[in-house]
Amino acid sequence: MAMSKRQRARVIRGGQYGILVLAAVLFALTANWGRLRRAFLDIEVARGMFPEVITVALKNTVVYTALGFGFGLALGLVIALMRLSSVGPYRWLARGYIEFFRGLPALLVILAVGTGVPLAFPGTILNRYVALMVALGIVGAAYMAEVIRAGIQAVPRGQVEAARSLGMSPTKAMLWIVIPQAFKIILPPLTNDLILLTKDSSLALFLGSSITQQELTQFGRQALNQSRSLTPVLVAGLCYLIITIPLSLLSLRLERRYGGGVTTRGAGP
Amino acid sequence: MTHAVETVGLHKSFGTLEVLRGIDIAVEPGEVVCVIGRSGSGKSTLLRCVNMLEEPTAGKVFVGGVELTDPDVDIDAARQRIGMVFQSFNLFANLNVLGNLTIAQRKVLGRDRAEAEEVAKRNLEKVGLGDKIYAHPSQLSGGQAQRAAIARALAMDPELMLFDEPTSALDPELVGDVLGVMRQLAQEGMTMLVVTHEMQFAREVADRVLFMDAGVIIEDGPSAEVIGNPRQERTRTFLARILDPTHHGPTDA
Repeated sequence: MAMSKRQRARVIRGGQYGILVLAAVLFALTANWGRLRRAFLDIEVARGMFPEVITVALKNTVVYTALGFGFGLALGLVIALMRLSSVGPYRWLARGYIEFFRGLPALLVILAVGTGVPLAFPGTILNRYVALMVALGIVGAAYMAEVIRAGIQAVPRGQVEAARSLGMSPTKAMLWIVIPQAFKIILPPLTNDLILLTKDSSLALFLGSSITQQELTQFGRQALNQSRSLTPVLVAGLCYLIITIPLSLLSLRLERRYGGGVTTRGAGP
Repeated sequence: MTHAVETVGLHKSFGTLEVLRGIDIAVEPGEVVCVIGRSGSGKSTLLRCVNMLEEPTAGKVFVGGVELTDPDVDIDAARQRIGMVFQSFNLFANLNVLGNLTIAQRKVLGRDRAEAEEVAKRNLEKVGLGDKIYAHPSQLSGGQAQRAAIARALAMDPELMLFDEPTSALDPELVGDVLGVMRQLAQEGMTMLVVTHEMQFAREVADRVLFMDAGVIIEDGPSAEVIGNPRQERTRTFLARILDPTHHGPTDA
């Protein structure tokens, strides 16, 4: 007996739900819940992490991310403008920068900045905050430059023509008319970059630090070593979500408000 | 006497497409000149060459005696004296109406905020938008947006106003408001170069009408003559279609 198109669609959808439920039930039945709970939900261990996990670790994650994002946004804007420049060498330089740093793991850049700068300029003691700001900024800028470029190009041509017809120079038109509109267009993908950078800040781990400089991942790892329980991983993970989920919701809201954004970045690094 | 606008042997090509093929026009101060012609005849390109939004391939453009095609000219300074109104309004989407009228006054002419806002308000009153000062462009109707765009250009105290099909994107019932503002401007003695399909406006307001076809000026004369009694066959065909679109008549090729 032949099924109608609608019937067939219903059967296929039912099958999909079935597979999902089956997978969940299998996991629930076969997983060793007792061991999982002991490993990840040791309340004593979790309690021992407070309040430092918030006052030190979460705070530092936010600070490192904010510094890196701020520096990356400024650098990204410069690179986006170079990418759109009528001067050939600027364009090539920008292209080269983007391809180079977008293709490298953030970890390598952080190590390169953290250890390379003191080697290159003997005698300089690189402040940890500065090192992370620069390293995360360099990585973020490579992504943000492409987003900003797309945003600038999405501003209708007529806006620039109107500005130029009023006697604005190309620079003034860019500064007062195009960039403000471009940033409104790219707010959603830019928020996405901020989320990715929040996670990249965990790589600060590899620069070593004093207790007060620890961010979430580092703090969680140390707690892990002391407690012999995996609970710190769960706590640190939840703390990341405290930052990233509101940002994600914000991004969705902005996207609904301003229409579909411009995205050039697919999956994270 | 220097012409308000003068073009000499103006050519413009986009790739292999030759849009302007030798245009020589002169507009005198205080004159209102309408450019008519089929779409694709090059009339918008001519207008955009006058303030160098399009760079001519060959020929010269003078505005107020200054050669704009001179590579050393300060084009931004020259454009301050030339107001331009676009078919699609092009109000700045990141600013409200007041911001649209003050941004160039402040950043280009260097007027302070108080003076710029006073000039803006005066010009908004003039185009009948005194109550829309703080509106966002997206909240305006097409007719209001175009009048705001005219006020934006006027706030720079231009010597010349260019209109590029200012009513073509408007609903028919909103066209009158915009034409009314343009008519008032003409009566005040503004020098105007207007690309339009509004024959009634051209006949009543323009001192002179230019008919363009295939990148050249076919007919140039007093508006009543060009529209009322065209000498060229091509002008007659065009006008017959525009004035009575449902009957192509025997002259239709």
